[in-house]
Amino acid sequence: MGAGGKPRFIVVGGGLAGLMTTIRIAERGHSVDLFSLVRVSRSHSVCAQGGINGAVNTKGEGDSPWVHLDDTVYGGDFLAHQPPVKEMTEAAPEIIDLYDRMGVMFNRTAEGLLDFRRFGGTKVHRTAYAGATTGQQLLYALDQQVRRWEDQGLVTKHEGWEFLGAVRDGAGVARGIVAMDLASLEIRAFRGDATMVATGGPGVVFGKSTNSIINTGAANANLYRQGAKYANPEMVQIHPTAIPGRDKRRLISESVRGEGGRVWVPRDGKPWYFLEEWYPAYGNLVPRDIAAQAIYKVVYDMGLGVDGDEAVYLDVTHMDPKELDVKLGGVLEIYEKFMGEDPRRVPMKVFPAVHYSMGGMWVDYDLMTSIPGVFSGGEANYEYHGANRLGANALVSCTFDGMKGGPKMIDYAAGLGELAADQEESIYQTEVAAQEERRGGVLGLQGGSENPYALHRELGDWMTRYCTVVRKEEQLRQTDAKIRELGDRWNRIDLPDTGGWVNQSVVFTRQLQEMLELARAMVQGAIARQESRGVHLRPDFPGRDDERWLKTTIAEWTPEGPRLSSEPVDVSLIPPRPRQYRKDIR
Amino acid sequence: MAERDEARSDMDIEIPPPGTGEREAIGTVRLRVKRQDGPQTRSYWQPFEVPERPNMNVIECLMEIRRNPVDAEGRRTTPVAWAMSCLEEVCGICTMLVNGNVRQSCSALVKDLERPITLEPMTKFPVRRDLVVDRQRLFDHYRRVEAWIPIDGTYALGPGPRMDERDREEGYWLSRCMSCACCIEACPQVNAAHDEDTIFMGAAPITWARLMNLHPTGKMQAVERYEGLMGPGGIADCSKAGNCTVVCPKEIENLESIAAMNRQISRYLLVDWLKG
Repeated sequence: MGAGGKPRFIVVGGGLAGLMTTIRIAERGHSVDLFSLVRVSRSHSVCAQGGINGAVNTKGEGDSPWVHLDDTVYGGDFLAHQPPVKEMTEAAPEIIDLYDRMGVMFNRTAEGLLDFRRFGGTKVHRTAYAGATTGQQLLYALDQQVRRWEDQGLVTKHEGWEFLGAVRDGAGVARGIVAMDLASLEIRAFRGDATMVATGGPGVVFGKSTNSIINTGAANANLYRQGAKYANPEMVQIHPTAIPGRDKRRLISESVRGEGGRVWVPRDGKPWYFLEEWYPAYGNLVPRDIAAQAIYKVVYDMGLGVDGDEAVYLDVTHMDPKELDVKLGGVLEIYEKFMGEDPRRVPMKVFPAVHYSMGGMWVDYDLMTSIPGVFSGGEANYEYHGANRLGANALVSCTFDGMKGGPKMIDYAAGLGELAADQEESIYQTEVAAQEERRGGVLGLQGGSENPYALHRELGDWMTRYCTVVRKEEQLRQTDAKIRELGDRWNRIDLPDTGGWVNQSVVFTRQLQEMLELARAMVQGAIARQESRGVHLRPDFPGRDDERWLKTTIAEWTPEGPRLSSEPVDVSLIPPRPRQYRKDIR
Repeated sequence: MAERDEARSDMDIEIPPPGTGEREAIGTVRLRVKRQDGPQTRSYWQPFEVPERPNMNVIECLMEIRRNPVDAEGRRTTPVAWAMSCLEEVCGICTMLVNGNVRQSCSALVKDLERPITLEPMTKFPVRRDLVVDRQRLFDHYRRVEAWIPIDGTYALGPGPRMDERDREEGYWLSRCMSCACCIEACPQVNAAHDEDTIFMGAAPITWARLMNLHPTGKMQAVERYEGLMGPGGIADCSKAGNCTVVCPKEIENLESIAAMNRQISRYLLVDWLKG
């Protein structure tokens, strides 16, 4: 090590990406400080249901990492840089093996081997699964491994802490972080030579989404405000099948269609299987962007929503209930518990909902953000999914970022001339003081007329209506104006709680400000991109325009709003071709 | 319409504007919430009223309160503090007593509950504020029973052991435990008056040990887990009341886990004794 001392490592986020990063650093004998809003096993990875992709090719279908790469790049409408996707799809089978060795209860075949099922946007059985709670099973496997390293003294958990920003030296190199204890509101600096921020997606910007309520994107927004580039903010995936609710949208996994579930609406008194009719080659397993757009068409344009509601049927009633329980139990239970109807007997009513951000922190091929020393992994970065993510590719990309990120952080720290331990205390104190001042500002929001939670609901409503499946320039501009208005009204918040202990209002009000920043980047990115690609659908520019827009959108924060630029996409492996799911073409 | 234009030029469709689609209230929900400002302060009850909407759950009631933080008499108050994350009953964080029964508040539908709905924090863990408790002890107990598979490393060492699908199904059922701690709250043997070091660990860590012990690799370290399960606060404190099975939101046969681990430990001790 450059300066002779031992480097220190920080991981922010307790989902698959953060935990795998932690394990990879600890198993090389280094200490890790691990930060998470909630106990790590309650992180949002726990919600993933359907499975994890890897071209293990156990069913004689000729699958390979290259085919997985092709499906992923094509499914993402060619907006992802291809070399990192190739690395990921090559690592995917080993990642599945690793989880298997960690004790994940993956479903098995008669021979006792892993079973694989189908998912959207692919023609092969590539998805390993543990019932319909695969995310929980993978997260728990990593949680258990991290506990083992904790037991050996290499991992220190800081659960119930929120990341507020990086601490940088005079040259702009990150030398640690500042974080806040969510109970006492104490703000502290932590020294670290390399930091992984793997804090998931920003679904809560849209109010109700399939995301956990903790997924505000605030950690990313903190970095963005500190000058880190945010890439492809406009690329937010809408999952076609979620249960509407007033508190959130509950996901009904794509694996339901993977196992044979069919989508339909009543038309002329008969079921109309519109996906099967429109997309005969892939049917109900078209990628999510295509399915969500088709549902919008059917419901809003053709007026065929079930009972006049914003809903279509997702139907498994033709399937064997015993098999359903083994393969989809967890998902069907969710529907039954929250809707009070048994989906084995009555078709489920579902509608599209915000689900995943393909955009995120800009990173280089070593996963480092534009702030030296800060890395980004998992849904928090923009690395693999381009303009649309394929189902069951999230668990593999999050894990892969940890597999890769941990060693990259160690390499980076080894090349440092001086370590965080050598830094002046003043750089840490300055950042702590700045954050304390900001906390004081939030606590001082009194006597106004606005409620932070009500403002958030308004933000979510506008974003969901005008910045999801169909994006029209005029409505996007109205939404941008609305976000600025909400920003003004934020200053007139009457903070409902001004205490200093487990004050959730302070925490949320601060996060709301971050969400407004991300929302503007999303909307402005959507206005700028004058084409339709993957999830990004502009009726005024209905075609994909590789000439002008085969580019990554880069947003940089300024006090006046995002400054946008773009950079080319690395398509060195697979030349872009038109994307369609009606017929088989490769 | 057999083939759709995949250029999507037919998508210039009207989306309903913001501010539409909210369902009308169908009545009023009355709640009584047990509040506590901090770990050392006394608790007190506070009544609330919120508009009822179709298919509403307990968390939506609490969300309604924080958007308009007034009590049932219209007096301004602070929002109730509670823990939530996934809202689909898999993260395990939002456990509380709803009408006296321990459960996840996200899946507690208002239409199924008697009114007024009472909300209280769990009683077997220290209260931090209002409905938020500290379950650190549970996670310490996972550590005590070494609930992990000790892999050699994250390197490419090939696939895991083959498993019979029937064993896998048994394991999968246990692995759905979400650390919500309902089993611990409902257990008569977990006595809050005990000090934290000797208090009964409750069912969840025992179920985790059972899960690890039925895995072909995990089996190899079964003995370490037996050691973790024995001793003060360990498996011997179980009185077989069976509440742990009754209250489990994931329908895990926790009492059966305890019996299974007791059998394994007896066999281990017997063999150990025979070896002299």
